[in-house]
Amino acid sequence: MNTRKNLRQIWLLGLTLIFLALLATLPLYAPTYTIILMTSILMYIVLTMSWALFSAPTGYISLAPAAFFGIGIYTSAILGTRLPLPAVILAGSLISFCLALLIGALTLRLRGIYFAMFTFGLVELIKNFWLWYEIQFTGTRGRFVIFVDNTTIYYVMLIILALLLLVTYLIRRSRFGLALRGIGECEEAAAHIGVHVNALKTATFAISAIFMGAAGAIMATRWTYVDPYVAFNPLYSFMSVLMAIFGGIGQPYGPILGAAIFAYLEEILITRFPYYYMLIFGIVLIVTVLYLPEGLIGLVANIRKRVAGGQDALA
Amino acid sequence: MLEVQDLKTFYGKIQVLWGVSLQVQEGEIVAIVGPNGAGKTTLLNSILGLVRPTSGSVTFLGRRIDGLPSYAIAEQGISVVPESGRVFPDMNVRENLEMGAYYAWERRKEALAYVYQLFPRLKERERQLARTLSGGERQMLAIARALMSRPRLCLFDEPSYGLAPLMVREIFEIVQKIREQGVTVLLVEQNVRRALEIADRAYVLENGRICMEGECTELLESDHIRRAYLGM
Repeated sequence: MNTRKNLRQIWLLGLTLIFLALLATLPLYAPTYTIILMTSILMYIVLTMSWALFSAPTGYISLAPAAFFGIGIYTSAILGTRLPLPAVILAGSLISFCLALLIGALTLRLRGIYFAMFTFGLVELIKNFWLWYEIQFTGTRGRFVIFVDNTTIYYVMLIILALLLLVTYLIRRSRFGLALRGIGECEEAAAHIGVHVNALKTATFAISAIFMGAAGAIMATRWTYVDPYVAFNPLYSFMSVLMAIFGGIGQPYGPILGAAIFAYLEEILITRFPYYYMLIFGIVLIVTVLYLPEGLIGLVANIRKRVAGGQDALA
Repeated sequence: MLEVQDLKTFYGKIQVLWGVSLQVQEGEIVAIVGPNGAGKTTLLNSILGLVRPTSGSVTFLGRRIDGLPSYAIAEQGISVVPESGRVFPDMNVRENLEMGAYYAWERRKEALAYVYQLFPRLKERERQLARTLSGGERQMLAIARALMSRPRLCLFDEPSYGLAPLMVREIFEIVQKIREQGVTVLLVEQNVRRALEIADRAYVLENGRICMEGECTELLESDHIRRAYLGM
């Protein structure tokens, strides 16, 4: 049993490395359009995976990704001309991390829908506060962001993704990963056992914000002009949740799959059916929730079970 | 080993415990019996740090533990089998057990071997999800999980609740076996007869106060117990 599990792990690790290597060589031969599209897809994967890092095991539905993403965007807009790019991205991650620590410590006592509502409110709060600040003190609504070429943006996003994969893997195989699942299943029992429930939730929430902030900081350079409506767009929160559910949140590759397919779908729909794309999105989502409650990976597992003739049914 | 002194606990403005004192010596099985709503679970939660007592003290191995957060109390060597087990339904048996070794993580392999030897049936079901276990097996899993941290003192909250009579007997046999392994047991029970049969001493908790205490053999003879709890 154990060796089979180890084999599977080695296999997955190898596959991940090959994928990352393929992605790393992409700019050598692919056209600029592909690079830009792939950057978007990677961005959604990063947002979705970092959302799932905290929300999938604990069951606390966070609608805050847009807040941390936006913090990263504005860090880039403000510091971009003063600091080198790596420092800007690091700053975006750190500020998001600190804010998430603060918010987590204040709000992770809230359960269920209250936590989701608070995090949603947070995005609006930051957006409106920042709008007020910009108009009051800088006199303009938007800001220009320093220009960075497409290949660099792509590579930075790929590095962020690689680090996120590593962190996800390390957390999942440690006792903290198990404890996070325990919190999701029965928080009281986890506390009984001696899990520092609030500290663990807050720390994981903050770690997930690091990657959202980093993704925002690099994406800002592609948009060249940002204002609070663009930066703190709640759609980024919803997309993260939807893509994760679409892919399936039981396994780490579920959110990756969901984000990759959804992001590509978005691109096709926007270019071909610009007026209907949100509508088609909505339908896909409803169908997912109705017929694939465990997402794409649930579907894959079911098919495999059927092919294997129920051999793994108990595993 | 464990000493509770004049413990008073409130839920908001409602006082639940009115100055409870009790002692548990190393190697004993001590039972706390009493009717529904007497404050038995509140007493356990106060010891475990899940509810903060308003006054009084809890001392474990000579150290004050009241006011400590629950994880710190767990680290001192106190573990608990919560009411109706509270296993993690979507984790398999092994993962549930590993959760029990949360802060003894490095020693989890040995702990696993130890509890599998106590509960061979859990070893057979290692890969099964906890939700697919029967009520008795779930209770067994909860007990095994509590033992994974190799505690000095184990608290049981109504281990017989909702189980078939045969299973109840088995669970109580396990409790005795655990004591033989050197773990001190504090047992909260509504099944008064069974509890008094296996425990050394017992406290009777009514309306948030200890109204009787003593050796179980004496309590089984007393008129109040016989009339109020044993229906004789």
